[in-house]
Amino acid sequence: MMRLPRFRYLAPASLLEAVKVLGDLGPEALPLAGGTDLVPNMKRRQQTPANLVGLRGVAELRAVSGDAARGLTLGAMTRLAEVERGAVAAGWPALARAAATVATPAIRNTATLGGNLCLDTRCSYYDQTEEWRRSIGYCMKREGETCWVAPGSDRCWAVSSSDTAPVLCALGAEVTLRSRGGERRIPAADLFADDGIRHLTRRPDELLTAVHLPPVEPGQRTVYLKLRRRGSFDFPVLGVAGRVRLSAGGTVESARIFLGAVGSRPQEARAAADFLVGRRLGDEETVREASRLATQIAKPMQNTDLTLGWRKGVAREYAARALRELGS
Amino acid sequence: MADDREAAPRPGPRALDDDRPAPRPGAVGPAPGLAAVGKPLRKVDVRGKVTGETRFADDYTMPGALHMKLVRSTVPHARLLSVDASAALAVKGVRCVLTGKDFPIAYGLMPVSQDEHPLCNDKVRFVGDPVAAVVAADELTAQEAAALVRVEYEPLQTIATPQEALATADPRIHDYGDAPNVHKLVAFDFGDVPAALAGADQVFEDRFFYQGNTHLPIEQHAALAWVDPDGRLTVVSSTQVAHYVHKALARALALPPARIRVIAPPQGGGFGGKTDPFNHEIVVAKAALVTGRPVKVALSREEVFLCHRGRHPTLMRMRTGVKDGRIVGHSVETVLDGGAYGSYGVASVHYTGALETVTYRMDRYRFRGCRTFTNKPPCGPKRGHGTPQPRFGLEVHLDKICEKLGVDPAEWRIRNAVPPDTVVANWMRVRTTGLVACLEAVVKASGWRERRGRLGRGRGLGIAASSYMTGAGISITFGDLPHTGVQLLLDRGGGVTAFCGASDVGQGSDNVLALIVAEVLGVEVGDVKVVTGDTSLGPVDLGSYSSRVTIMMGNAAIQAAERARDRLAAAAAAKLEVPASRLCFAGGRVFDVEDPARGLTFAEAVQRAEAQAGTVGTVGSYSPPTPTPRYKGGGVGPSPTYSYSAAVVEVEADEATGELSVEKIWVAHDIGRALNPVAARGQVVGSVYMGLSEALMEEQEFRRLPPKLSRALVHQAPSMLEYKSLTFHEMPEVETILVEEPDAMGPYGAKEVGQGPLLPIPPALANAVHDALGVRVDEVPITPHKVLAALAAPDRRYGPAAFPDVPWPEPLLVPPPWEGGDGKATNDRKRERRLPGAKP
Repeated sequence: MMRLPRFRYLAPASLLEAVKVLGDLGPEALPLAGGTDLVPNMKRRQQTPANLVGLRGVAELRAVSGDAARGLTLGAMTRLAEVERGAVAAGWPALARAAATVATPAIRNTATLGGNLCLDTRCSYYDQTEEWRRSIGYCMKREGETCWVAPGSDRCWAVSSSDTAPVLCALGAEVTLRSRGGERRIPAADLFADDGIRHLTRRPDELLTAVHLPPVEPGQRTVYLKLRRRGSFDFPVLGVAGRVRLSAGGTVESARIFLGAVGSRPQEARAAADFLVGRRLGDEETVREASRLATQIAKPMQNTDLTLGWRKGVAREYAARALRELGS
Repeated sequence: MADDREAAPRPGPRALDDDRPAPRPGAVGPAPGLAAVGKPLRKVDVRGKVTGETRFADDYTMPGALHMKLVRSTVPHARLLSVDASAALAVKGVRCVLTGKDFPIAYGLMPVSQDEHPLCNDKVRFVGDPVAAVVAADELTAQEAAALVRVEYEPLQTIATPQEALATADPRIHDYGDAPNVHKLVAFDFGDVPAALAGADQVFEDRFFYQGNTHLPIEQHAALAWVDPDGRLTVVSSTQVAHYVHKALARALALPPARIRVIAPPQGGGFGGKTDPFNHEIVVAKAALVTGRPVKVALSREEVFLCHRGRHPTLMRMRTGVKDGRIVGHSVETVLDGGAYGSYGVASVHYTGALETVTYRMDRYRFRGCRTFTNKPPCGPKRGHGTPQPRFGLEVHLDKICEKLGVDPAEWRIRNAVPPDTVVANWMRVRTTGLVACLEAVVKASGWRERRGRLGRGRGLGIAASSYMTGAGISITFGDLPHTGVQLLLDRGGGVTAFCGASDVGQGSDNVLALIVAEVLGVEVGDVKVVTGDTSLGPVDLGSYSSRVTIMMGNAAIQAAERARDRLAAAAAAKLEVPASRLCFAGGRVFDVEDPARGLTFAEAVQRAEAQAGTVGTVGSYSPPTPTPRYKGGGVGPSPTYSYSAAVVEVEADEATGELSVEKIWVAHDIGRALNPVAARGQVVGSVYMGLSEALMEEQEFRRLPPKLSRALVHQAPSMLEYKSLTFHEMPEVETILVEEPDAMGPYGAKEVGQGPLLPIPPALANAVHDALGVRVDEVPITPHKVLAALAAPDRRYGPAAFPDVPWPEPLLVPPPWEGGDGKATNDRKRERRLPGAKP
């Protein structure tokens, strides 16, 4: 079997200790927040941190506070199995659905919301064992120079594959990052960068501590539609996340749409969202045009499951289905 | 409750007199008086499986065991210039590094394909070919040191596809084969097919492609080897065929077979992927010999993908001439992508043509088969071995023909089914056949006649049928030795131990052995202890593949048990002063059928027999009947009897995205007799699952980089996550119908069930997609993008556009039985196949 590389395991008992350790070790350490993705990546030597900072003992990171009216704050170590249910499911159903579609039930009992947000970008040339990657001369994301997805490219095209990330972006959620020097609260969308390698704006000494969901507004509708091969287990090859506020008469007052898994970060479909404002989702022409505008920004590459042509071809259809669901 | 059970009527007694014969091979009809056969009894080994106490190969360890890691080639095709292990040897904890120099002797499964070395010594032929082995105190150290082994290669051209293999004379992957980079070419004419096509009303032609896929057993391969103080080598390995591992170890390590013991613990699935002897098994044994310490190797999932031996990707062309609704001539050409080594490939290529004839009547038949070498993990036998590919082609081809002829495809199949007791065009002998019964059963259960074509756009029904062997008529090693043996030991406490070399891969063969012995001796199934999968403790069995264990081991078990029963009967008769012919064995007793109170317990009967003539031990063995084909190559395909299956698939197709959702599957399987109906249904549903998974998504696909930048050729997705197979979400309800018409060849009439029900599933799905959307996807897997492409295509079809040019050899001419043939080739008298037992 594949063995983990050697590493030092640190188990801070408080948030203060955790950020101190991260501050001391910087890029030499990675937070372990469930480990369902990081640990297999370490077995394949994709990520080989000298130190793992286990967050299991940090009670502050599990705290949940607030409600639908005031907004909800979820500690970064909230398990996905918990996000699927309860207050999140009632107020922000798209986030609950996104969490419920991650991997398998056993994994969701261990995986966390913070971990899913910080998920390493994925690519079929990268998510392979060390031996496999050696056989292709490695790639730009780790140890190599070429991006095999686009050999002429000077950037890495690994894919943001988090289900919760596009939803949090669409909801207008915020996240708190804390370091020894203090903390900052930023929009979830600003956590991500359009680069397969440096895909997070989190500094190595920072810890993502909490996710803040905005208050539920009257007329708010949310949706997440995940395209993948199988009904379980698989990462998305397209995620359509949307949040609209409808007037009492059903007119769109505000809209935010993000696409997941079609770029190195969640992609905002601003033109589609702007188009929807003042229109009605029950109108099929509106849905068609909005879905066309939404998927114009999708840049799928041949580095996930299923064929590129098919994924491009059905993106609009899936976007339309998501919009219809928002309006229904 | 206990009292109720005691009071429940016991199965009727079975006497030994001629009027009431005990069941034996050949007994047919209903089964009154059978105590274990046909009952849904709990499998003898199931408790350990459920509680987790079953010990699989990877659960075996020994104090002081070392761990081994293989260093595998990172290039697809190269000459091996040097292997420098000095850096690895310098690592603390590393005990030794083995290289190709330690393994001068080649081995291989088939006598004609001894083309593998445990570690490569001159060339590497695919990414994953092992070149060295690092043995260390622990697995992590071995893994880290393995990365330090420096291997120098002289790269050679990568040959990635059969088309490239056929077009490339130099370099050659192997220096043997029927043409450069062609492992095997076969060609047969069973009658003049071109003349038949010329005289046909209509001639139909199709091309099909069946993608390669792998076995995906949950249990990964693992082996533990040690040398006893007396010098005996023992290897525990997750293998379907301990006997073949034993042979390969003796050959490759030049050890006397008598000094080697191979143990095959129960397996977490094999499906054909553990039937070859593997390099890691030989290398770990060598490591134990060299270090004098137990050595363990446990393959990663990726390494299991590299071992492979799975389904051959197969390109097919079929031509069929029809006259008055009947097939007058049928032609099949296949090109197989064999990967880097021979494995079972010679048999595999024959199998892509051998069973084409046993389902529907065809007057004449032509078969051409070609297996190419490519720089990829070797293909071999997977559930259905070589037959799912042409079965897919044939059943879709027939669906199209029926559409053109305007006949119901179910009716056509029923009308044209090969009748029982027929020697077909290529000389395979069909004995009983449940084909018509299976077709009628699924037609009725699915509402075929009322519902097909009437489910609306996007929903459809498809039908297909198939046949499979119940054990191979000729063993791959030829010769006149029995294919299996069973040995029984009866103890004074009334216990029975059954020894056999067969290994239980999860299909339930241990249970079959126990229940047959219990049936004959009239004891509880639980009173029979089975000892299997051990070359030192049981007679040779050729292993769990080819659907051969139930028929072969089962018949041997009946023979051994009847011999034991005869000894007990003789002793009991003397004691009870009753003629042996009046004795009955049932309920753990031996008694007079005319006076049931007069009897002995089974244990007393064993004691009397032991007092009379010594320890009670008996043996039984089995060889299949002499096959009817007498031409060279006719050894592949004959079977004591064939099973039959039919399935109807109902699919919901999303026209906008091409996505498919299979709603329900009805499957009927001609099993002869279900020895344990629950276990049999489990095998049927497991086969349906595997067939549907292949049909919808499984692909053993490889990735090439831009040739200007790299010669790499790597497995696209060697992981359980990215190699897509069905989950619970995609698995529909399966309605299973067992068709029971006992066959004289099978134990209590039983035929195979482990493989056959897979076969109709892929073509039934393709035919259902056509019913739903009016498109043809002439490929497996049927993925969404192919459905969309077919919808957009002018001919409403997605499938291979061309069939490669193959340098077919002069065919063997074998007239079918009705054209005056005798089973021999008319143009190859001197190469007539030697029959088993015939003198050279």
